[in-house]
Amino acid sequence: MTALTVTAACKTYGAVPVLTDVGLSVAAGSLTAVLGPSGCGKTTLLRCVAGLERLDAGQIRVADSVVEGPGTHVPAHRRRVALVPQEGALFPHLSVADNVGYGLDRAQRRSGRIEEVLVLVGLEGYQRRMPHQLSGGQQQRVALARALAPRPRLVLLDEPFSALDAGLRASLRQDVRQALRRDGATAVLVTHDQAEALSLADHVVVMRAGRVVQDGPPTEVYATPTDHWVARFVGDAVLLTGVVRAGHAHTAIGAAPVHADADGEVTVLLRPEQVRITPIGTPTAGQVTGRVLRHDFHGHDTLTVVRLADGTEVQSRRLNDGPVPATGDAVQVSVRGPVRTWPAGPQPRDAGDPAPSRRAGAGHA
Amino acid sequence: MSRPVLTAAAGIAVVVALLPLGYLLIRVTEAGLDRAAAELLTARVGRLAATSLALAAVVTLACTVLGVGSAFLVTRTDLPAARLFAVLAALPLAVPTYIAAFAWVSAVDDFTGFWPSALVLTLCSYPYVFLPVAAALHRADPAQEDVARSLGHHPWRTFRGVTLPQLRPAIAGGALLVALYVLSDFGAVALLRTDTFTRAVFTAFDLGFDLTGALLLSTVLVALTTVLLIGESLTRRRGARYARLGAGARRPHVRIPLGGRRWPAALMLMVAAALALGVPALNLSRRLAAGVSRPGSLTEIATAAGNSLTVSAAGAVLTMLLALPIGLLVARASGPLAAVVERLSYLTHALPGVVIGLSLVFFGVHVAYPLYQTRWLLTLAYAALFLPLAVAAVSAAAAQAPPALDDVARSLGRRPLRVFITITAPLLTPGIAAGAALVFLTCMKELPATLLLRPTGMDTLATELWGHTGVAAYAAAAPYAALLVLLSAVPAWFLAARSGALGPEGNR
Repeated sequence: MTALTVTAACKTYGAVPVLTDVGLSVAAGSLTAVLGPSGCGKTTLLRCVAGLERLDAGQIRVADSVVEGPGTHVPAHRRRVALVPQEGALFPHLSVADNVGYGLDRAQRRSGRIEEVLVLVGLEGYQRRMPHQLSGGQQQRVALARALAPRPRLVLLDEPFSALDAGLRASLRQDVRQALRRDGATAVLVTHDQAEALSLADHVVVMRAGRVVQDGPPTEVYATPTDHWVARFVGDAVLLTGVVRAGHAHTAIGAAPVHADADGEVTVLLRPEQVRITPIGTPTAGQVTGRVLRHDFHGHDTLTVVRLADGTEVQSRRLNDGPVPATGDAVQVSVRGPVRTWPAGPQPRDAGDPAPSRRAGAGHA
Repeated sequence: MSRPVLTAAAGIAVVVALLPLGYLLIRVTEAGLDRAAAELLTARVGRLAATSLALAAVVTLACTVLGVGSAFLVTRTDLPAARLFAVLAALPLAVPTYIAAFAWVSAVDDFTGFWPSALVLTLCSYPYVFLPVAAALHRADPAQEDVARSLGHHPWRTFRGVTLPQLRPAIAGGALLVALYVLSDFGAVALLRTDTFTRAVFTAFDLGFDLTGALLLSTVLVALTTVLLIGESLTRRRGARYARLGAGARRPHVRIPLGGRRWPAALMLMVAAALALGVPALNLSRRLAAGVSRPGSLTEIATAAGNSLTVSAAGAVLTMLLALPIGLLVARASGPLAAVVERLSYLTHALPGVVIGLSLVFFGVHVAYPLYQTRWLLTLAYAALFLPLAVAAVSAAAAQAPPALDDVARSLGRRPLRVFITITAPLLTPGIAAGAALVFLTCMKELPATLLLRPTGMDTLATELWGHTGVAAYAAAAPYAALLVLLSAVPAWFLAARSGALGPEGNR
């Protein structure tokens, strides 16, 4: 069953298009992440789904009913679509219990639902606390409990983890996913953090400049991105030119099987974990070799940058389970497939450099 | 409330507030350039301007020194009885200048002229500097001062280098309030016979019945105050840079030990409090002890108190009603429209009570005759005069209820009206109450517009007091003055406590 369907959604602010022909569907009981750099329109999309803003054109259906479309605008309070905003936005004058019970009627409040959702987010016994007595992470947990309490048809999470520090973010993410699953809720998470989207979501929708550019399970988005931009946005990427012949892509660092098999000149996407490096004594003919330029040490793994003889730089990721070649050492480079290729030629122009929104340690998924 | 409704309501409020200014402009244009030149290009106008500006400069300087000094001593040093001194430094807010002037003039022989006026105005207006500076000192992030100390700076050097620059917006804001206040003050300069613009305008109208002349003189006053207002708006914009980063609990400030200067400092504050509060209090109680002079005057006092309370309450209610849409619009909607609406509502800040009163007299006589000689016109004058105070209070309060809270509440299935009742209103109420208290207090103390616009036969505490001092009936004036100070002290105390200047309580 589909919990949310957005069809051909368009919106402009003045002359600036914010959403252009956006379409997506969210399966009931799933967690979908809308991933994109800041300013890509993802928060506007969320606010339109919540009914806080109106679309210029297009349709939004929640469960089976049209809530937004030509001539239809169900106001926010009749949609049963609950919001968890960035900073939690707890009502500062209400206790935790009153915050969580805000969307419940009197009978529901007495039914034990408040306690039930507080247990779900791991805050049993916090009913009497006031918001200012909670830490940032606890405030977000209360905000989630408040959204879950009235059993909405859809929970919308607007970058709910971005204000938290890294360690807290990781643990809270998993707790949030667990709470959503246990409650059987359907959720849409908006984020600019690809590690968050890939690790958390059942389904990822990538947005760029107001358009949906890719839509699929996290593994698919990571392994076969639609274009260079998505490739770089969702993880570390090595892009090389090559030629496809008989199901293999031939590149400067060797051949690898390809996903699709149209022959010709191509751009090849290698993820660093597909590039292997082996220390060697002296280079011999026939081997692809390079020298280690630098290491980025991440504890469990290391990202090594190697410069080939022709000047090309490639990245290789390896688990730290053996000796690491030193900077300046000669190494042999090889590729493991299958790899993603695109026909050589112009790509959609990058809408902003995805690099700044990448976080340290991202792309390990 | 939806945006179009809010915008329309704010537009109406601005029009109402700008009525006096608009009317003033129309009348002045009608008078013509020749008449204006004849009236304004005289040696007397030059003398008036020089006196007004010199008085404003002297008082502002004195208030800045006194206000910043006492704020620092009270919040940052180990001064004995710091909390008591904080209260004493805030309380002159409850003493109208004409009451202080009356107390001094009836206590000291020949207490008239420029310097006595400067002294009285300084003692009455230094809380305008003390309160914002003390609040800013209280708010300033101790972490920044800790950093300066850890880099090897002496506490005094840290104060000069790190703390003082952060106080600049608060000091500038307070000083400009004082300057505006001095330029618009009527009661003290009139009682102490100092020739300033306000006194000249009032005299021209009240004694000479020279209506156009009074209006033309007013325009000079408006020009002077507008210049000050522009200065204030410039500092306000600059102040935005000194925001504290990040949230979280704050630690208290480290107090600087004064050592041997501890008691001299306390003595200095004691003298200031004695002059500002002690002289009026002592004088009023001595006069009161002499007894109420005439039979039947108790009823008169009660009637005047009742009139003061009802007119001020009506003024506060109307002002807050007009301020609500403007304040909400300013806080919720960013964009040129909201900015224009806010600036326009502040414009009346540049109009002294004499000018507002005068233009509404004209407005009543020529345009809205049914309103003339009723309390409604007086209420309207209060609203026009004090709208800026109320707008500032409402928009500060609206910041306590960010729009994200509304969004969440609606997404949880609550209708907009229910959201307003359960979320927005409870969060706005304390700030709006403070704004109403401030407007109420200011209405109680207001003298010139009340004198010009009250219906014949209606007296408030302020006008009764004025009438008696005018004929040197100091004993008869005393009960009105005492009652007015006592009634004003309540909202003044409430405001001082809210500002956080009185200590850490109630400052979450």
